[in-house]
This record gives sequence, structure tokens and C-alpha cells, in this order.
Amino acid sequence: MIKNGTRLQSQVCDTQVIVVRSADSLDDLRAGGVPMVPLDAEKSADAKLDPDFADGNVMGKRYVDENGAEVLVTKAGAGTLSIGTTALNLKEAKPLPASD
Amino acid sequence: MSISLLLEMAASSNPDRTAVVSGEIRLTTSELSELADGGAGVIAASGAQHAAYVGTGGAMLPLLLFSSARAGVAFTPLNYRLSEDGLRQLIDRLPTPLVIADDEYRDVVAGAGKQVISSDEFIDAARSTEPAAEFADPDDVGVVLFTSGTTSKPKAVELTHNNLTSYITGTVEFDSAEPSDAALICVPPYHIAGVSAALSNLYAGRKMVYLRHFDANEWVRLVRDEGVTSATVVPTMLDRIVSVLETEPVALPTLRNLAYGGSKVALPLVRKALGLLPDVGFVNAYGLTETSSTIAVLTPDDHREALAAGDEAVARRLGSVGQPVPSIEVQIRGEDGSVLGPGETGELFVRGEQVSGRYTDIGSVLDADGWFPTKDVAMLDEGGYLFIGGRSDDTIIRGGENIAPAEIEDVLVEHPSVRDCAVVGPEDPEWGQIIVAVVVPAPGVTPDPDELREHVRAQLRGSRTPDRVVFRDELPTNATGKVLRRELVDEFQRSRT
Repeated sequence: MIKNGTRLQSQVCDTQVIVVRSADSLDDLRAGGVPMVPLDAEKSADAKLDPDFADGNVMGKRYVDENGAEVLVTKAGAGTLSIGTTALNLKEAKPLPASD
Repeated sequence: MSISLLLEMAASSNPDRTAVVSGEIRLTTSELSELADGGAGVIAASGAQHAAYVGTGGAMLPLLLFSSARAGVAFTPLNYRLSEDGLRQLIDRLPTPLVIADDEYRDVVAGAGKQVISSDEFIDAARSTEPAAEFADPDDVGVVLFTSGTTSKPKAVELTHNNLTSYITGTVEFDSAEPSDAALICVPPYHIAGVSAALSNLYAGRKMVYLRHFDANEWVRLVRDEGVTSATVVPTMLDRIVSVLETEPVALPTLRNLAYGGSKVALPLVRKALGLLPDVGFVNAYGLTETSSTIAVLTPDDHREALAAGDEAVARRLGSVGQPVPSIEVQIRGEDGSVLGPGETGELFVRGEQVSGRYTDIGSVLDADGWFPTKDVAMLDEGGYLFIGGRSDDTIIRGGENIAPAEIEDVLVEHPSVRDCAVVGPEDPEWGQIIVAVVVPAPGVTPDPDELREHVRAQLRGSRTPDRVVFRDELPTNATGKVLRRELVDEFQRSRT
């Protein structure tokens, strides 16, 4: 299972995420329909953004799946985040008042 | 995840937004990030395994937090008010530290036998040193804070990068602030609120305006001059701000949000503040060093609903700390360890990623299921609102009966002759402990002790009636407003012999 705190990048768009809560499902984490790779890994030269997974993602938002996995977008990009072909869901947060 | 990433994200989204204002210093997010890279280089080049800071904070706090993170060492802001000896004892407990000190504290730490650099020298060096950019492991310790040690030897609380970033990402939406938002930070840099303020405001995209030496008039001036939209104060600060506004009412049109916490705020003061600033949203924040700051929040809407409520149960919530934040679970447990239901009073246990519960040399005090004993007496009401009844260590056992001082203090402070009070339990040969109410009278009033005792007896059980009422001009408190009960007990015992 991928470690909490691992940083991953998309091979087909600008997206970068960090794993906040790991789950086995994240082994098949994709952005733009293509598997995400570690931040320091080489991107595949011939991978292309899948138009069916091009809804983008939002900087600073957390995305979750049904297995408890959670990633935080640290750089936004054009690809949809998904586990296999199932899109991740945006984690809706109730806004809290500033307390610090 | 490293706290360094919080700055990286802020700098990539809003590089040119003002991040820090502190006296003459103004830094944009990208300037802060560049300076922190260089600062990391300075720490790394020193060979230190830990960075310690003695000073009044301001821009130094975010700078050293992120410089340390990027150098891959833990950071400890120390209480600059401690004596030379007190500081040395704490510094001696840190592994090979580089000590960064404001000029006025340099002499105080010079004899500690460690590498020392002044804050100004550190900034100068950071501008010219080759950057270092470690990326810490989530389980690495990012910040070590010493507890105030009002009752025992200070404990060194270890907060990991994961604890701190979980708190931030769990309670703050990234870049959610308006470009014109500004937070006024006047809490001490060595307090968890000082650490969390630097992280959460940066992450929210809010300009951080620092007030290094609290002064209520200066606080009001900064709110007006810098267009401050939110601020956090401890009870003693709120008391002084209220006094200034009472003497000379001024409008604070930009201020939307005023959070108070650090220790308990007496209800009459909260009501007075709400009355003086009707357009400001008040926030009561409750948390501990060991929980990486806030774990429960009484929101502005909660305040308004409680004030307007006809229903007694809702009105009482003005004295609660609100509901737990979404990423925190809470339990109230009885003395036998059983989980208690709504309305029952016991000890508060909390669980969540932001909870450390780990101390240097002691290890983790979490139980097998990850629950942290806060040692706070607490109760949850039917609506899930959390009421804190003081530290369990402060519980008075009089004739075999457990009495929480907070229960009596809450009643006493509502008496018009009482400005402030603390209830303590000095030892007594007959009862084990007796109840002594230390009262600060309202200005120009000489209260009758028997009338105050009667006021308590009329509202609480007879066994809660103070055995003695003594008067004092003010209560001894630490910088975050925590009453130094030990001092009051010692003073009372001396007066009896």
C-alpha cells in the first residue's frame, strides 16, 4: 500500500497530489485516465490525456473514494482524478470560522 | 505530508499576496518561501539537529517554522519570559540545537553553551545562503512545544508534520480567504496558538499582521490601520480590549471574526464583548498543545443563538466550547473508564490525526485505541455541545466529595460585586481540602464575604459553598491567562500559619 505523505504527479497534465490517507485502492490512482507516478519519476512520453477524464481538479481540495482513501491536490491540472475508471469525489467540508 | 508543503502551495497560488506584516517587515508569500529556503540552508549548515527560538515572534515565527521544516529538523519556540536558568534547563533538553534569539534575549541564552545566532543575523544569512530543501516524512517531529508547567515540570510535546498538517487541512479550506482578509496575531509565539496561527492563516491565504507586545490600544489601532478581518485573543487580552472600547468606543468596521481561547473566559466578559461589538462574529476555540490547537469551536451563529434563546439548554451553550471539529472524535469517560452519555460529567478523551499525545522522554500516552486523555473535566449536552469544567488536577476533594472549582467560579463571577475569581482547595486537617474563593472585587466595591457565600449556596448544593472568601487586587496568571492556582494555595497556606 502506498505510504501516507507520498507525492504523486500526473503523466498527462499539471496535476500533483499528496496522499493524506492511504488505501489499497490508491495503487490504481489515475489523473486524466493515466496512472499517477511519484514526483521524482519520469513521465511516459507517449501517454495522452483521456478526453473522458478531462474534467480537471481544484487546487487545495481533498478528494476521496469509498475505501477511505484521501488525496490533497497540491497542484491543479486538467485531468480527472480516478481510481481505475471511477472518479474520486470532492470532499465537501463544512466551513469553520477562523479560530487561530 | 510536511508543513513545508503548506507554504509551497500558498506560494504557488498567490506568490505576490502579502503574507506577513510585522513592524517594518512586509513579506509576500513567495518572499517568505525564498527566505525560508535560505533559512533552511543556514540551519543545515550549522549541523544542528534542532532549532530553538527565544524571542517575541512576528515574522520570525513563520520563517523559523518553515526554515526548520525544510532543513529537516524540529523547531521549538521557547518562552522568552522565563528566567535565564529556566531557559537553559529547557534548551539543555533539546538535541544539539541552534538557538536563534532576538537581540534583547541574546545575553540570556549566551551562557547555555549552544550555537547562538541573533534573529537579524539569521535573516541576513538566510538571504545569502544556499537553500536547503528537505521534505520531511509525515511521522517526523516538526514542532516540540513545552507545556507551561504551572503544576509540574514542563513536558515537551512532540507534534509531527502529520499532526500539524492534518489539523490544517482538516479545519481550513485552502485559499478560502478574500484577498483583502487580514488576521491580527498577538498570541505568544511559544504557544500552540502561535504555531497554528502561522500555518492556518497562510494556508487560508490571509495576510498575517503581527503584534509582538500586546497592548490593547495598539491592537485597536492595528485593526483599523491594517483592515484586520479576524483576530484571536486570550482572556486577559479580551478583558483589556473591552476596557479600552468601554472608555473610548471606536468602530472596528473591518473586523468580522474575533476568536477567544487559551483558557476559560468568564461569561460576563463574553456578554460585555458581544454587546460592545455587535457586528463581530465571536468564536470560542478550545484545544490543547497535545491536539495541535483547536478541537472544538463555538461559532458566531452558536453565540447568537445562545444569546437569543428562550430555551435554557440552548442559552447555556454560551458557556460551552461548541462542537468538536469534523476530524476529531470525543468521548466522556467515567472514573471506571466507561463511556458516559449526554449530560454526564467525566474526563474528556479525544482521537484524531491532529492528536499527538506524545512527549519526549515519556513517549505516547494514547490508549490502545488511539484515545488521548485530556485531563479536562467535561460534559456533552444533548446537542453535542462540549462543556469544559477545568482541569481534573484542580478538582477539590472536600470531605470525600469531588468538587470542580469551575462550577463555583461560574456562579461567583456572575455576582455584580465580582470582577474575577478563582476557587482553590488548600489542605485542611478536618476536611482534607477546603474551598477557598479568591475574589477580585469589581471597581470601587467592597463585597461582603457572607453575601458571596450565600450567592453560591442559593444556586449550588450546600457542599459547594466556599469555606472562606479572600480578596485580591488581581489573579496571578501566565501569558495565556491561565490562573496560577498553586500560587494562590501557597499564599493562603502562608497566611494561615
